[in-house]
Amino acid sequence: MIWIALKMLTGDRSKYLAIIFGITFSCILIAEQSAMFCGIMMRTTSQIRDVHDADIWVMNPNVRFMDDLKAIADTAFLRVRGVPGVAWAVDFYRGGAQVQLEEGNYQGSMLFGVDDSTLVGAPQQMILGTIGNLQLPDAVLMDEAGYRLLWPDEPLRLGRTFEMNDRRARIVGIFKGSFTFATQPVIYTRFSQATQYIPQYRRSLTFVLTKCAAGESPETVAQRIQQQTGLKALTRDQFGWMTMMYYLAKTGIPVNFGTTVLLGFIVGCAIAGQTFYLFTVENLRQFGTLKAMGMRDGKIVRMIFIQALTVGSIGYCLGVGLATALGLFMQWMRPIMSFFLPWQVLALTAMAVLFIVLLSSWISVRRVRVLEPAVVFQA
Amino acid sequence: MSTAIATTGVVCRDLVKDYGQGESRIRALRGITVDIHPGELTLLVGPSGCGKTTLISILAATLDATSGTVDVLGSRLNALTKDERSDFRARNVGFVFQQFNLLPAFTAAENVAVPLMIQGMPRDQAIARAEIELRTVGLEDRLHAFPAKLSGGQQQRVAIARALVHEPHLLVCDEPTSAIDAKTGHLVMTLIRQLARSPERVTVVVTHDARVFGFGDRMITLEDGRVARDERVQAPVSNPE
Repeated sequence: MIWIALKMLTGDRSKYLAIIFGITFSCILIAEQSAMFCGIMMRTTSQIRDVHDADIWVMNPNVRFMDDLKAIADTAFLRVRGVPGVAWAVDFYRGGAQVQLEEGNYQGSMLFGVDDSTLVGAPQQMILGTIGNLQLPDAVLMDEAGYRLLWPDEPLRLGRTFEMNDRRARIVGIFKGSFTFATQPVIYTRFSQATQYIPQYRRSLTFVLTKCAAGESPETVAQRIQQQTGLKALTRDQFGWMTMMYYLAKTGIPVNFGTTVLLGFIVGCAIAGQTFYLFTVENLRQFGTLKAMGMRDGKIVRMIFIQALTVGSIGYCLGVGLATALGLFMQWMRPIMSFFLPWQVLALTAMAVLFIVLLSSWISVRRVRVLEPAVVFQA
Repeated sequence: MSTAIATTGVVCRDLVKDYGQGESRIRALRGITVDIHPGELTLLVGPSGCGKTTLISILAATLDATSGTVDVLGSRLNALTKDERSDFRARNVGFVFQQFNLLPAFTAAENVAVPLMIQGMPRDQAIARAEIELRTVGLEDRLHAFPAKLSGGQQQRVAIARALVHEPHLLVCDEPTSAIDAKTGHLVMTLIRQLARSPERVTVVVTHDARVFGFGDRMITLEDGRVARDERVQAPVSNPE
């Protein structure tokens, strides 16, 4: 039965390829757009994920996402240290600074200030220089993408200088950081130095990075910090999800990408569904012949589902493969492209394809089930 | 279900078939009562629209009668469920169609193997058996040809091989010569007549081709849904060659 089904399917080469094309095209649209959407969403949390040492982020209770900067008392980290279950807590600055280049150009940047003595929160993947260089006067670390943005077509080099808030900054290290949502240069320096690079405010501390004591659950310790300090305390994952949910709820990104994904789904249904239906209708006489020769309806229904699942599987593999290749190629051409293909996107695409082929075959099955085998006697 | 060949292979009593309902209802058969015997070639003839195709469809268990009874090879078709009728056809009925109805994506041997695979025979065995059947109809050199590469006569011989490969007790042929030339039609009818000689097989041929009449042993003429004449063929073709 399977063999008969596949033979019938592949016998009409043009329709067979048309159905696969429809599903493949649909898959590419769904997977590609979903992967780009995931990539952008991941970028909203890149600064959180890049801080590896801390289990808990402590912040102003009104903070809604990573870039929603609301200062807390400069002594807040001292209160956090006093909470049971906390191994250590350090200050962490996050803000924006204007970079003034030697030739007079300005460029907005993300400025991070790490604890002066421990340098906790500093980037891990150094390309040039070391984190320890931050202890030098006017020292800053800059991400590779930011460096290339400021000095395109120039080789990476330590010792370059620029100004922020009329203060001199000297690059003592270049690191590989995750791409950020705003695609600005990312600059790390010591906390005390960071406060010099921005206009003076009464409060300048934005986050307290906290490590749990051994054996303590981050969720429990975070709750304890909230209760005892009145500040918001979130684990890394919680903070990441809160940030992503904010962008999902408050920006047009999901709607824009969702529209394209939906379009892919509709196009897939239209092309694959209609072609598959036409394939069945044009083969009604063949199905009628099989019925006349004694093939039961149940077997014919299974044949149609096998045909649908076959083209669905091939279309899915081709579509996902091409979407991945396309995404990686575009990322290779322009590294700033966001493309992240988690298993959830693959599963979502598979479900969409399954729905398309099941819908197509269901419509076809209805035509075949009501077909009288006596149709074969009609001229 | 008994598949043993009865003395009377097909027994129809007061067979009525209506198409449509209400005012648009058309009565295709108006009380057909007829017996058809094994071992002889029975021709169903008559003008277009007289009910030949409807009657053969009911006999082959591909269509339900509106009223009346049909017993084929000892089974009352009216009493069978849809799946039981499918199984009955798979085991007992061989079809030769006017337009051949070969599956275009299958080779001659694969086409002939299909009825065996429907009955559950493994593909390799079914194709081997089909190749033997194709040799008996003189197509040993066209086993792996696709229908599009075969002449009309060759396609009809493939269809005959397919109709016989599972050794059915009822062979129904619908206008088997209408889509082929006269010479090939003569060869095909000769073959069908030889097959009809089997005492284990009921053979019914629907035709309006007068050149075929001489091959039959018995000719039932339908007119307006009724049996108008039922007669023995006076001078059957004894040696078509």
